[in-house]
Amino acid sequence: MTTNAVAQVSLYFAIGLALAVPLGRYLALVLDDGPVRGPIGRFLGPVERLVYRGIGVDPTEEMGWGLYARCLIGFSVVGVFVVYLLQRFQGWLPGNPDHLPAVPPLLALNTAVSFVTNTNWQAYSGETTLSYLTQAIGLGVQNFGSAAAGIAVLVALIRGFRRAERPTIGNVWVDLTRAVIYILVPLSAVLALFLVSQGVVQTWRPAATVTTLEAGSPATIALGPAAGQVAIKQLGTNGGGFFNANSAHPLENPTPLSNLAESIAILLIPGALCFAFGRLLGDRRHGWVYWAAMAVILVPLTFATTAMEQRGTPLLAAAGADLAATSTAPGGNMEGKEVRFGIAASAIWATATTAASNGSVNAAHDSLTPLGGLFPLWLMQLGEVVFGGVGSGLYGMLCFALVAVFVAGLMVGRTPEYLGKKIEAFEMKMVALVILVPAATVLLGTAVALMTAEGRAGILNPGPHGFSEVLYAFSSAGNNNGSAFGGLNANSAFYNIILSLAMWLGRFFVAIPVLAIASALAAKKTIPVGEGTLPTTGPLFVGLLIGSVVLVGALTFLPALALGPIVEHLTMAAR
Amino acid sequence: MKGDAVRHLLMVSCRTVVVFTLLTGVAYPALITGMAAALFPRQAGGSLIGPDDRPVGSAWLGQPFHSARYFWSRPSATTPEYNAASSSASQWGPTSPALDSAVRVRIATLRASGVTGPIPVDLVTGSGSGLDPDISPAAASIQIARVARARRVDSAAVGSLVVRQIQARTWGILGEPRINVLALNLALDRLTQ
Repeated sequence: MTTNAVAQVSLYFAIGLALAVPLGRYLALVLDDGPVRGPIGRFLGPVERLVYRGIGVDPTEEMGWGLYARCLIGFSVVGVFVVYLLQRFQGWLPGNPDHLPAVPPLLALNTAVSFVTNTNWQAYSGETTLSYLTQAIGLGVQNFGSAAAGIAVLVALIRGFRRAERPTIGNVWVDLTRAVIYILVPLSAVLALFLVSQGVVQTWRPAATVTTLEAGSPATIALGPAAGQVAIKQLGTNGGGFFNANSAHPLENPTPLSNLAESIAILLIPGALCFAFGRLLGDRRHGWVYWAAMAVILVPLTFATTAMEQRGTPLLAAAGADLAATSTAPGGNMEGKEVRFGIAASAIWATATTAASNGSVNAAHDSLTPLGGLFPLWLMQLGEVVFGGVGSGLYGMLCFALVAVFVAGLMVGRTPEYLGKKIEAFEMKMVALVILVPAATVLLGTAVALMTAEGRAGILNPGPHGFSEVLYAFSSAGNNNGSAFGGLNANSAFYNIILSLAMWLGRFFVAIPVLAIASALAAKKTIPVGEGTLPTTGPLFVGLLIGSVVLVGALTFLPALALGPIVEHLTMAAR
Repeated sequence: MKGDAVRHLLMVSCRTVVVFTLLTGVAYPALITGMAAALFPRQAGGSLIGPDDRPVGSAWLGQPFHSARYFWSRPSATTPEYNAASSSASQWGPTSPALDSAVRVRIATLRASGVTGPIPVDLVTGSGSGLDPDISPAAASIQIARVARARRVDSAAVGSLVVRQIQARTWGILGEPRINVLALNLALDRLTQ
């Protein structure tokens, strides 16, 4: 690895941490119970109250987990219908200057489910499929809504830990509204304007026509209101590109600086929520525990991916390309990567976007080296808990914390407890669902796809890499990531349907058990810390947490990974 | 759940989607578009370069070049190549036979154009978007002799033009040193007119 690559990776994590800590403080302020205090509350409070009036809810009404979950599903189902209908009728609607026709039904369904579940799987191709209106009021709105839903479920779970002997977990409409108004919209607006300054397009004018220099022939340049969408898709761990090539597209990510901002945005809110969690629990060390556990997993994998990509492939070397990194050439495996980003900035993005359930890309993941692709793939399979989705990453990680205290409790023969709550059979059953549903979705889905002609028909690359394409697709959909080994042609009836199902399972069969855990915890007494309480604020617990995540992830997926990237790496090395 | 409760829940859900749409689907994009048009009109419109009525391209988007008189861009996986209306990557895997034969053909083409030394990998591999505007400085260097010969100018003059077009890493750290091919070729046309 080059010195510069080490510097780029280090700078990335340093800036990410430096921004996450203060943002965590702000998030704790606006996500706390009761009216938002301070100047921001006075400034945005009126907007917040106007929203409650508009939707006709009483913000002080408390909900149990059943009602909370039903409302969340209601909100999501309505979202699916709206996004679906917008795509089907975009040909008749305004905001379509390039006259794109209606999106076919199954593709429209897949895209709708994808955005509502915060996955943003791209079976569609932005600039050739979706009108500006569909992007802005269909996908854009769900970018905000689905991210807010993740934050809402997390806030409900945090209430479970904070409350005692009362089984309600807050009001879902309040949690959604606050996440949108105080967090997602302001941050996105700032990022969007910065991105426009760098060259990301933001216009409602139709595609431009230019006369190319050499051929002198007319060429079309797709434009659109991209910057606003790119900002939220990075911040809300959505990841659905405005253009087909996502953030590899120069008009979506034109400069190394826009790339830094967009890649920092991927981990910004998931990282900051760790610190917000610590503050809301009244002990900031809890926040550091989660950030540290996540970083300890991610940082080495980022370096490893960078090293694998910088090494390049025997195929490129044998063909006669010069793979050396010098002061005038990036070298390495440049297939699918942009020159302005080179190896390091592409590898950082690849691991960050899969650690978080973001799924945007600035390079083609299908063209990564076998091991350079394995690490992003495995990061998704860990359940999107290493930073993970906004809200959903931390609530997933909190479930692994329950596994950690449960295992530790078994070892010493005491009833496990966490944050003053006894962890009992019901909670562990729900945790088992949270972990097993996505894992089963990934493995069974891959198996079904490979056993059917329809599933195999989508594969582009031959051999073990083709297997990796399918495994990647289900790992991405089942964990709501959204990135792809793009060679897989997923715009077929088979994949549009089965991946929609995978995305829905991976979202709600995790979120609903988490809400059930929240209610169960809230109803329990808070017990004081005693002699036998496992300390959960130190390095020992960080180690237990990492151990739980890595062990479950490795044991579940190593056999599948061996059939894809690992065997591809071995055969490649043996050439 | 009783029918009334379901109806109430769906009504609230619908109203929430409507209110969120007004907020994040109408007000937010309008605000960004308005501010972008006021503060950064050129960038917001695609950073088009050349005369307003007949732009030659976008500063950020690559174009195909095949004549010996111009510096060549990276290979592009779009159809046709460098199609800015439909971006895409090759999606070829690291052991793909298709990638193997494509890279060999590209290297043969460069050798036939007179390149004898090492060929930087970025010049024979496709980008993530198919629209990469840049090549590495090394990839430009190996083309200097060909371009100078085709234009019948001193290769030192072309060489110094190339050096002037190098964009360094941001803050000395971020991204990679690079040369915008369209900008370089426009400068080249100005040099030898």
